[in-house]
Amino acid sequence: MELKSHEPSGPIEERWTEHKAHGKLVAPHNRRKYTILVVGSGLAGGAGAATLGELGYHVKCFCFQDSPRRAHSIAAQGGINAAKNYQNDGDSVYRLFYDTVKGGDFRSRESNVYRLAELSVNIIDQAVAQGVPFAREYGGLLANRSFGGAQVSRTFYARGQTGQQLLLGAYSALERQIDAGTVEMFPRTDILDLIIHDGRARGVVTRNLITGALETHMGDAVVLATGGYGNVFYLSTNAKGSNATATWRAHRRGALFANPCYTQIHPTCIPASGDYQSKLTLMSESLRNDGRVWVPRNPEDATKDPRKIPEKDRYYYLEERYPAFGNLVPRDVASRNAMYVCDDGLGVGNAIDDDGKRRGVYLDFSSAIKRLGRKTIEERYGNLFEMYERITGDDPYETPMIIYPATHYTMGGLWVDYNLMSNIEGLFVAGEANFSDHGANRLGASALMQGLADGYFVLPFTVGNYLGTVRELEPLTEKAVKAKLERDPNYSKAQADEQLARIEKLSDKHIREVNERIEKVMNAPEPTHAPAWFARKLGTMMYKWCGMSRSKEGLEQALVEIPKLREEFWRTVSVPGDTDEMNPTLENALRVADFLELAELMCRDALHRDESCGGHFRVEHQTEDGEAKRDDEHFSYVAAWEYTGDLKAPKLHKEPLTFEYVQPSMRSYK
Amino acid sequence: MAETQTLTLHVWRQKNANDAGRFETYKAEANEHMSFLELLDTVNAKLIEEGKPAIAFDHDCREGICGMCSLVINGYAHGPRERTTACQLHLREIFKLGWKEIWVEPWRANALPMVRDLVVDRSALDRIVQAGGYISIRTGSAPEANQMPVPKDVADRAMDAATCIGCGACVAACPNASASLFTAAKIAHLGLLPQGQAERMTRVRKMVAQMDAEGFGGCTNHGECEKACPKGISIDFIARMNRDFLKAMAAARDDVKTP
Ligand SMILES: Cc1cc2nc3c(=O)[nH]c(=O)nc-3n(C[C@H](O)[C@H](O)[C@H](O)COP(=O)(O)OP(=O)(O)OC[C@H]3O[C@@H](n4cnc5c(N)ncnc54)[C@H](O)[C@@H]3O)c2cc1C
Ligand code: FES
Repeated sequence: MELKSHEPSGPIEERWTEHKAHGKLVAPHNRRKYTILVVGSGLAGGAGAATLGELGYHVKCFCFQDSPRRAHSIAAQGGINAAKNYQNDGDSVYRLFYDTVKGGDFRSRESNVYRLAELSVNIIDQAVAQGVPFAREYGGLLANRSFGGAQVSRTFYARGQTGQQLLLGAYSALERQIDAGTVEMFPRTDILDLIIHDGRARGVVTRNLITGALETHMGDAVVLATGGYGNVFYLSTNAKGSNATATWRAHRRGALFANPCYTQIHPTCIPASGDYQSKLTLMSESLRNDGRVWVPRNPEDATKDPRKIPEKDRYYYLEERYPAFGNLVPRDVASRNAMYVCDDGLGVGNAIDDDGKRRGVYLDFSSAIKRLGRKTIEERYGNLFEMYERITGDDPYETPMIIYPATHYTMGGLWVDYNLMSNIEGLFVAGEANFSDHGANRLGASALMQGLADGYFVLPFTVGNYLGTVRELEPLTEKAVKAKLERDPNYSKAQADEQLARIEKLSDKHIREVNERIEKVMNAPEPTHAPAWFARKLGTMMYKWCGMSRSKEGLEQALVEIPKLREEFWRTVSVPGDTDEMNPTLENALRVADFLELAELMCRDALHRDESCGGHFRVEHQTEDGEAKRDDEHFSYVAAWEYTGDLKAPKLHKEPLTFEYVQPSMRSYK
Repeated sequence: MAETQTLTLHVWRQKNANDAGRFETYKAEANEHMSFLELLDTVNAKLIEEGKPAIAFDHDCREGICGMCSLVINGYAHGPRERTTACQLHLREIFKLGWKEIWVEPWRANALPMVRDLVVDRSALDRIVQAGGYISIRTGSAPEANQMPVPKDVADRAMDAATCIGCGACVAACPNASASLFTAAKIAHLGLLPQGQAERMTRVRKMVAQMDAEGFGGCTNHGECEKACPKGISIDFIARMNRDFLKAMAAARDDVKTP
């Protein structure tokens, strides 16, 4: 299989415009004849479904929450980037493109990234017109802040709730289309399989989470916008329901999974407080602007009141190791160093790992409070301090915060071409679910931008282009068969009936397969543990062997242990209750089962990528200063894995990456 | 050392909408740092190991922003701490109050039908938004964002209203089971902004009509909604909605009279 990116050539700033100019269109009166299945109602899926509906397509949109407004995008805090250059500080589309390619450690496709930067400005216009109440200056114009080490202020925000406001914008557009009858919404619905027919993605198998009923929905194209797979680590900043089932099932049906080992670990999260911990909460990165990170130099001081530890006994490790950037080093560097000091037994706090090491470091505001006054700190971080106090019971004005890194985002995902179409015809993948724009590391405030660019601007064109190119697809819904019967004088009633029977067979076959999986997980021979028990175990393994730093030995061990845990899962998982009713344990069990398979592929990918880049840090490949060392000669490619039926032997396909505009260079934050 | 206690939980169990439902009692080991939902997790883990169906409750973000969690805890929607969702309620708050026995119930309102255990159907809230809770703007046709300045205080006030997480605690807390705070917040968010003016009158008419059609009760100014709201959304927005509604109805009458 040759991976064709289908990216246009020519000057980079003209590629998207040119591509659109030469694409195929579907005439307005023909659009309603096409059914598009959009899985996910987050920024990518919600914006995509709303826009496709507005164009006149018949859209079915699915989400597992009780309302599309609750997709995980709602939780994004910090902001969204856009190259508006309102601050007149030298920003431009080109600079945003450059920063994103470099930030991704030269492991992304230039054409895609340029388009993302280009569309960023339209997103802000769109959101403002929808009524998204972005922060404003006193003059009434939009305010910006700088984010994640960028040298310009290009981040737009709505208090600490940017994701919420952008999602509510997309949600209101979606509800408007639901009211108009172009979009049918299916909340509380889990997608459990993808239906491929004649080599094209044509449908999905759903489980109604209230009644347990299994159904199929057929259409002319399928869009997966189901978010990331960070919950493979169990403790992550993702919502509890975030899962990889839809993408993993698509993978098992033939879609390539690209760069699964690229995950991002965010440095400033609140650590676990006990083994009942169910998720981790992110504290905005902005805290590092004024907080100083340290641990006690002497392990005996770990439990001492930090305020009583004298200055000389404090190890401000980031300031000492990285004098130029200090506490503001990039996410991966900050995360890894927190891990190192805790590995050395210098950690603090109540989170204690299996080896008895404390997993936490101080983030101290006392010098900032002394320098700037409590009032200024309150203005800058009041809501974050309150959030911290709510969760931990400690007051950060009085005592340092304790933080530790946590999984936050997954750059890997299903492989897509420039049109966001996977290697399966008619299967589009958008938002965090695809691998496309962030390379090996994502910059802060760029995920919201990508989700909305994909949903509002890219999919509506590329899905149309696909349908305009294939023109007529075999009718797979009753409606489509009827329409063909009316339209086509050569199509007989008998042929139509035959087709309807064929559709039923196709649908039954897929439902049967899903049902078998459900029955299997409900009837493990020795039911003992809840699904969450396995998820937690898997998460611990993944943090240990496929987390902030990875080694050949560790990954090889993971590849032995994960299949064992998977075997134990199918033998001893306990799923009480029935299948024909709301059953949260069953929902979770099916997700955990898929994580147990995906985890193995992640480790395999991490093992094969014998270099360090972005969020993927192989201990064997570091500079003298402990920085990630890329190997462009051997690894400047996208690793896209094909499922072969044997989890132990996936097949690797490579899409080579070439850089015409941004020349690969080594990062240095010294 | 973290403080721990054994708590007695009386949890509403109901197989489906047709089942009568009852409280069932569980003992749970509580740690002060646990969230209330993590306490339910521990009860569920035990139930599952014993082969009994887990308690169904809605949750997702566990950060107080998605609006999914929806528990009435000892009579309080989202529990006793102000401006806090159930998922952000940590047990040290319960310890402080000295509660040893806790009753956990779902939202109860005719317009929010029962699904199972602690889960209810909140789709009525989505339908209120469908009726007009949006600005009709075609994707790609938006003008340059900074063309229309919005005074900072107006934007801030719109944001105060827009911060609603759509959880439905206002309905659960209201003696009339009214959705006025939810509806008014959306109407105010869009109605305050210059972008939302064109549809302001039709929006309020349609959304209020939908709210009534869904069977939510009327507002008689109890103010319980504001107290229960995890985002502290002000009841003043309801007054604003009522003013807009009267204007809209008057305008609609005039439209009929003058052809
Ligand atoms: C705490 C936090 C803070 C963040 N802050 C920022 C920030 O400040 N700036 C930024 O740019 N990015 C931020 N991010 C990242 C960003 O929020 C996400 O990457 C982005 O919102 C993902 O959007 P999405 O549309 O791809 O997926 P999601 O919003 O995750 O939506 C997924 C959708 O798919 C549906 N779904 C999933 N699986 C199934 C299934 N099996 N069946 C049916 N439906 C399914 C869900 O119901 C949901 O509707 C943050 C992330 C976190 C966790
Ligand atoms: S679970 Fe999201 S608000 Fe409580």
